[in-house]
Order: sequence, then structure tokens, then C-alpha cells
Amino acid sequence: MADEATERAAVLDAIERIATRIERERSALTELDSAIGDADHGGNMARGWRAAADAVADLDDPDPATMVKTAGKTLLSEVGGASGPLYGGSLVFASTALDDGITAETAVAFAETYLEKVQDRGDASVGDKTMVDALVPAVHTFKKSIEVDDLPPAEALAKAVDAAERGVEFTVPIRAAKGRASYLGWRSVGHQDPGATSTLFIMEELLAAAQAELDTEIEAVDATSPTVPEEEAAED
Amino acid sequence: MVGLVVVSHSRTAAEGIAEVAAEMGGDTVIEPVGGDGQGGLGTVADAIADAIEAADDGDGVVVLVDLGSAVMNAEVAIELSGVDAVIADAPVLEGAVNAAVAATSPTATLESVREQAEAARDVNKR
Repeated sequence: MADEATERAAVLDAIERIATRIERERSALTELDSAIGDADHGGNMARGWRAAADAVADLDDPDPATMVKTAGKTLLSEVGGASGPLYGGSLVFASTALDDGITAETAVAFAETYLEKVQDRGDASVGDKTMVDALVPAVHTFKKSIEVDDLPPAEALAKAVDAAERGVEFTVPIRAAKGRASYLGWRSVGHQDPGATSTLFIMEELLAAAQAELDTEIEAVDATSPTVPEEEAAED
Repeated sequence: MVGLVVVSHSRTAAEGIAEVAAEMGGDTVIEPVGGDGQGGLGTVADAIADAIEAADDGDGVVVLVDLGSAVMNAEVAIELSGVDAVIADAPVLEGAVNAAVAATSPTATLESVREQAEAARDVNKR
């Protein structure tokens, strides 16, 4: 586990990266949402994440759980619509999983709690053409990569991002059963879900932050171990 | 006395519905809330939580909602507020009128007001 200062830097970096990315994707998200929704996803999310990044940066000497909780609360008050409670409310709820800092174990607990809250709040299942279609495969892949395959967290997160990406693609051909898009029925077919898409963007930025902040820490700790497996080294 | 909160994506709609319900509701406190806080359509959990607190005098609050995310934001607002509040699964205007009338009864409870609001689901227009 990384020390407190590294964790704090990683969380701050992650939220800042997410805010910047969502700002950059603002019109792309709005375009997706104008096809099957009310065209406010890009604007709402960009406003919310910018406010969240600013609020977290203003915190005095915070721990990771407080930082995530603050981001969630800010999203809740700034984003509105369904995205406020789904993204913000779920972050607030899941933040307590990080009370003991960020480890592989608490990260899995955080991801599972977040998913649980999103599904519970939105009453959505896989195949409803929502963010759940990206989240479910991502969280399951993350958990399996850590608990069964014993991968380091950043590698597990990379696999989860892959899974989320396939989940986003899966939303294109299916018919919406939840949210505003469900009013469109078959006309929602052929459009990519905006919530699944922004969920993927967020996960990609989490990965970038984990690789930039936490991996260097992990490498520094492992600096004494050989970088090439011994068998391969012997063949050279 | 049980209080009421009317949540609509449109602040104007929420105010109008509260106005109609108040005509039948005597002293019932009816708080309208709605809009995205930026002058547009939408619902925001924080604003709903404030309305719930304003409508509560200790006997609880029945929350009437319109579409989709209004339900989700009202659920979060109830958790945020810590007030004994419930969402009525009812059409927002008819439910608000029924609830306002029910709240004037001397024996009204949170449950009886919610039940009356939900009875509005069966109202036929003709």
C-alpha cells in the first residue's frame, strides 16, 4: 500500500484528470445524449466534475475517503438529473470502503459498493442500455483479476477498462429499457449509451492516474527485485 | 401536521401544482421545488432535501414527484435530510391535491396521507 501522501496525490490527480477529460468530451457526450436523451449529459457532467475537482483541491489535509466523498457530494449538488444521484450518490456511499486507505482489497470493495448502489438506485440490469452495461463487466473483471488472477491493482484496472469498453460497444445494438431513452423504444437501437460512455471515460482516467501515481510507487518499492524473470535472463 | 413537497422538472410546474393543492389543503405546508438550479429543467437532490426540511414540522413529509430522475433525486434527498419522509407513487397533481386534503384530517399520519395520495392513481377523468 502506498503512503498517505501518495494516495492523496493519486486521488487528487484522478479527479483532476476526470474533470479535464469530461470537459474535453463534453460535446461528444452531449451528442450521444441528444440522440436518445435530453442532451444535457455533457454539460451537466462537465460542470459537476469541474466543481468536484475544485472542491477536493480545496480540502485541508484530507484522507482518500473524504476526498471521494466530497467529490460525490459536489456531483450530487451540481449535476442534477439522474447522473447526480447515480454518479455522485454512489460515490458518497462507496467512499466509506476507502476508510482504511487504498489497497487492492479496499479498491475491490469500493468498486463493488459503487456498482451495487448504482444498480439499486437506477433499478437497472445488464442489457437495459445504461451505465450498468459498462460497470458490471468492469467491476467483475477487476475483482477476478485481483482475487483470482492475483494481478497488481493497476493491471487489474487496465483489464477492467477493456471490459468496460466492450460493455459500451454492447449498448449500441440493444434497445433501451431504462431512463429517458426507454421512451424511444426501438428508435434507441443503434445509439451508444451516454452514461456507459462517460463511465468508460472516468475509468480510463482512473487507470491513467493509477499508472502515473501508484505504479511508480509500486516500482520504487520493488526496485531491488529483478526486472527480467530469471529463466528468460538465463536464456540470454 | 404532515407536510408536502411537490417535485417537478419544471420549477414553474411545481409551483402551479402546489398552488392548486393549497386551495384544498387548508394549513398544510406545501413546498414546491424543481429545475436544475441553472434556470433549466431538471431536479437536484440538495434542493429537494432543503424543501423536505422546510415542509417538516416533526410529523413527516410526503413527497410527490413527476418523471424519471425526480424519483431518484427525491430518494437521495430523503436520505440527506434525515426527515421522516416518503415518496408517494402517485400522479403528481392529483396526488398532491388528495394528499393536501388528507393532511387536514385531525387523525392524519404520514401513512394515511401517502395512501390518499396514491389513491389518486385510480382517479378517472370522466
